[in-house]
Amino acid sequence: MLRIENLEKFYPTGDHALKSVHLEIPQGQVLALIGPSGAGKSTLIRCVNRLVEPTSGSVFLGDLELTHLGSSDLRHARSRMGMIFQEYALVERLSVMENVLSGRLGYVGFWRSFFRQFPQSDIDEAFELLERVGLDHMADKRADELSGGQRQRVGICRALIQNPDLLLVDEPTASLDPKTSRQIMRLICELCEERQLAAIINIHDVLLAQMFARRIVGLQHGTIVYDGPPEDLNPQVLTQIYGEEDWEATIEKVKDEDQELDSELVDNVTKLKPVS
Amino acid sequence: MSELATTRRWKRPPFIQNPTLRRGLWVGAAIYLALAFGTMEVNWERVAEGTERGQRFIAAFFPPDFVSRWDSIEEGIMESLWMTITSTVVGIILSVPVGLGAARNLSWRPVYLFCRGILAVSRTFPEIILAIFFVKLFGFGPFAGFLALSVGTIGFYGKLLAEDIEDMDPVQAEAIKAVGARWLQWLNYAVQPQVMPRMIGLGIYRLDINFRESAVVGIVGGGGIGATLLTAFDRYEFDSAAAILLIIIGIVMALEYTSGYIRKWVQ
Repeated sequence: MLRIENLEKFYPTGDHALKSVHLEIPQGQVLALIGPSGAGKSTLIRCVNRLVEPTSGSVFLGDLELTHLGSSDLRHARSRMGMIFQEYALVERLSVMENVLSGRLGYVGFWRSFFRQFPQSDIDEAFELLERVGLDHMADKRADELSGGQRQRVGICRALIQNPDLLLVDEPTASLDPKTSRQIMRLICELCEERQLAAIINIHDVLLAQMFARRIVGLQHGTIVYDGPPEDLNPQVLTQIYGEEDWEATIEKVKDEDQELDSELVDNVTKLKPVS
Repeated sequence: MSELATTRRWKRPPFIQNPTLRRGLWVGAAIYLALAFGTMEVNWERVAEGTERGQRFIAAFFPPDFVSRWDSIEEGIMESLWMTITSTVVGIILSVPVGLGAARNLSWRPVYLFCRGILAVSRTFPEIILAIFFVKLFGFGPFAGFLALSVGTIGFYGKLLAEDIEDMDPVQAEAIKAVGARWLQWLNYAVQPQVMPRMIGLGIYRLDINFRESAVVGIVGGGGIGATLLTAFDRYEFDSAAAILLIIIGIVMALEYTSGYIRKWVQ
């Protein structure tokens, strides 16, 4: 579904944010991208929909190469990619419904959107999605009246009403409490499952990543240093991604759930790519 | 226990670190004040005389006379109000594209510089200078005043709009960009909701300013209540002038109240 080849990003400040990143995500796969702050997670997903312009390399959405699209083609491509943000990024003074419907802007002409005359099918879809996340009674509330968890749900609806092929999710739980974080992660993963959506989820909470994603990619200083299933995350891997720390407590929980882990530990280490 | 006995002192660090410079500035200020008072010559005789004349002058304002010149007062007020409303509306409409172009996060460099240039020029000249200029171009009357206030509004409103856009939350704007919205849709969904309440408040504030300025531009020939006021002064009809001033104060206060109310309502 998504193929990233040789992606490089230099910021004008001289930061080398992404170093020749290769990544391929098949349809329906939820991938958690973990790594310390400043590792380039956010840059990576923003290079996919070109909110950040990559310096070089290619990004394929299906067969479509994204890095050289002109502005009109880029708009079409963006409408096929839903994005969910850390601080929800709802337009605060618009209503919940307007925020959800704004996900259709790529498919609706200017005057229709200006007079809020969206096609009935979009409105039905919006109500269905809001109902799915339990917020249909809030449709006419202003977005800034909602709590954090509710806002993120609206953000999810906005991304899904685009009917995307791919979800780009940037730290969806960073501003939420632990319980809401889990609910939001569960919701995102369920919806991806239902709709066979590929998703990249940036997340710095290793535990959450292990709980919900079937594939974990570890990014460190712009380089992928781990790519494998969550069960294979061990102290060595985490040390490689984040640096020296006592990781036993972090992975304890997963070990309880999966006792066969120990026997696999040896060949897991061989899967690691060296740090450049 | 001995460590506890030594108390650590703390004083707020001085604003100017260098003590010589700090004391020097105080001494300099004192010398300047002494010299300034020394060179001021106050002629107390003239002060006494002037006080008395001032009292007579102020007394001439009372009681205000609304009646004998009411026709020209009414005409002046209506002219001023029309000038205020039209110039505010036209000025704001024209300032929107300029303001959009002058927001650094929206436009590209040449457009930005051009729009900033327009704003700088229209902000350089106060309304009264613009009015003198337009009176010379288009002759006496409210049209010149209207143009002066419109240009003044462009400078004021365009600059504040541009700054408000530059201060908006970039994440909300990014989110709407990420759904694949067109540029105009993006303006309508991401930018407009963020700047609208403040811009409505500023629009009403500018209406208020334009009304007050309409009294000023009249004095240089731009029509409106200012012209009536000037005539009243020229004829030494201070009681009519007082009536005009009271009406101006009344209208400004009414606008003030309305703007406060509307601003609360749009938030």
